[in-house]
Amino acid sequence: MKKEEALFKYLLRLADDSLILGHRLSEWCSKAPFIEEDLALTNISLDMIGRTEALLTYAAVVEGKNQTADDLAYRRPEQNYYNHLLCEQPNGDFAFTIARQLFQSTFEFFLYSELLKSKDETLAAIASKSIKEIKYHLQHASDWTIRLGDGTEESKIRMQKAVNELWMFTGELFEMDEIENALLKSAFAVDLVPIKIQWQNKIQQILTEATLIVPEDDYMQTGGRNGIHSEYLGHLLCEMQYLQRAYPDAKW
Amino acid sequence: MADEIKFQKRVDNGEYIEAKDEMPEEYRRHLIRQISQHAHSEVIGMQPEGNWITRAPSLRAKQILLAKIQDEGGHGLYLYSATETLGISRDELIKQLHSGKAKYSNIFNYPALNWADIGAIGWLVDGAAIVNQVSLQRTSYGPYARAMVRICKEESFHQRQGYEIMAKMMSGTKEQKEMAQDAMNRWWWPALMMFGPHDTNSPHSSNAVKWKIKRETNDELRQKFIDKTIPQAELIGLKVPDNNVKWNAKTNHYEIGEINWDEFHKVINGHGPCNKQRMNHHKKYHEEGIWVREAAEAYSKKKLERESLIQA
Repeated sequence: MKKEEALFKYLLRLADDSLILGHRLSEWCSKAPFIEEDLALTNISLDMIGRTEALLTYAAVVEGKNQTADDLAYRRPEQNYYNHLLCEQPNGDFAFTIARQLFQSTFEFFLYSELLKSKDETLAAIASKSIKEIKYHLQHASDWTIRLGDGTEESKIRMQKAVNELWMFTGELFEMDEIENALLKSAFAVDLVPIKIQWQNKIQQILTEATLIVPEDDYMQTGGRNGIHSEYLGHLLCEMQYLQRAYPDAKW
Repeated sequence: MADEIKFQKRVDNGEYIEAKDEMPEEYRRHLIRQISQHAHSEVIGMQPEGNWITRAPSLRAKQILLAKIQDEGGHGLYLYSATETLGISRDELIKQLHSGKAKYSNIFNYPALNWADIGAIGWLVDGAAIVNQVSLQRTSYGPYARAMVRICKEESFHQRQGYEIMAKMMSGTKEQKEMAQDAMNRWWWPALMMFGPHDTNSPHSSNAVKWKIKRETNDELRQKFIDKTIPQAELIGLKVPDNNVKWNAKTNHYEIGEINWDEFHKVINGHGPCNKQRMNHHKKYHEEGIWVREAAEAYSKKKLERESLIQA
C-alpha cells in the first residue's frame, strides 16, 4: 500500500469517528434533560464536526482526486465509512450517550495527545486544536458518569447498563492493521498498544469513582475500521446525505 | 398610589428599573409574562430548526445551524434568568408553559419543511424578531434591556446567514429556487403576524407603552420590517406572496394586502399545524430528563455532605 493511500484511509478513520459521533450528538438538540445540557451536547457535536471538516479537507488533498471535504462526507457510501462501531450506536438514554462519549473521548484524549507529535505537520496541527476540545469532552463525560453512577438508584442502574452494553464495542478502538502499522513506522500514526493500557486505567479510575463495576472483557465486536458496520449507520447516512444525494447538481 | 406616581416619574425620565427597585405589581406581572414568553419562544424555536440539523447539506451548513440553535438556547437561558430577577423560578416558568398559561411565539407552530425553511426562518423570523428586539433594547426594565443588547448582536448574524441560504438557493438549480419560493410563500405572512394584532386591537399595548416596556407599536414595527424586507426579497428574485404589495412614494412605505387574522387567532388558540407537536415534544423530553436532574441533585447533595464530614 502506498503511503498516500494509507494516510488517506487513516484520515478517513479519524474523520469518520468525529463526524458520526458528532452527528449522533446533534440529534440531542432540543431533547436534553435541561437547556444547559442541550447546549453542552451540541457544543461537543460542533467541535467534532469542525474537526471532521479539517480532517476531510486534508484527506481530500492527500487523495488528490479533486474531491472536497463535503464530497467525502456526503457522497461516500456506507461501506467506505471507517468509523468505530461505538460512534454509530444510537443515542439511547442520557446515560447511554454519556457512556459512549466517555469511551470515545478517553480514547481520543490519548490518541490525539500522541498525534500532537505526528511527523505529519498538518495532522499534528489538527491535533493541537482538537486536544483542547477533547479535554473538555472528556471532562464533561467523566463528570456525568460520576454524577449518574453515584447519583440515585435509578441513575446508577442506567449508567451501569449503558457501560455494560457498550463494552463490546471498545475492543475495536485499539486494533492495529497494516495501515496503522505502516504509518506508525514513519511516525505519522500512533501505536494503540500503549494507548489501550492508558485507556483501561483511566476508565477504571472513573468508573470506580462513579461506584460502578468495570465489565469483564468478553466478546468484542469489530468491523468498523474495515467498513463493516451495524445496521444503524445506513440509516444515519440516509438522513445525513439526503439533500446531496437527492439533488446531486445543487450547491448548498 | 404615591409610589406609582414616583415609579411613573422614573420611567418618564428614561431611567432603567432594576430588579430590586420598587415597581407596581402589574408592571412586574406584565414583564414576567412578556420575558418568559420571549424565553419560551427561543427554546421552542429550537425545534423547527433542529428538524434540519441531521439533514443539513454540508459540513459548513451543519456547523452554522448548530451554532445558531445554540445561540437560541443561550438566549432562552438569559431570558429565563432575566425573568427570575422578577421573583419566579425557571421550574415555575416551565410549568406555566406546559399548562398553557404562558405562551410562546406563534411562528414556531409552523413546520420547517424544506432546507430553504432554514433560510426563511433566519431571514424572515429572526429578521422580524430583530426589529422588535432593537426596539426593546430601550425597554424600561434594565435586565431585559441588557439581555436584548446581547441578543440583537447574535440575531443579526442569524438573519444574515438565513438570507445567505436563500440567496444561494435562488442562484441554484430549478429545484432549489422552487424550494426557496415555497419557503417564502409559507413564512411571509406568519412572519408579519409576529408583530401581533393591529394597534387598534392589541390587548396589552396601553400599559406597556405607558411604562415604556414597549417603545413602538405593533404596526410601526411591522412596517419597518416590511420596508426592510421587500427589497431584499426582490434583490434575489423572490416573489412576495401578496398581489397587493405596492410602493407608496408619498408615505415612503410599502403597502401590503390584508393580513389573515382568522388564521392568526386560530393558531394562537392551539389550531396551528404544530402546536400539539411542539408542546408534546417539550413535555416529553422534560419528563424524560427527570431522572437525570434528580441524579445531579442527589449527587451534589452527597458531595456537600461528604465535604462537610471532612471539615468536621
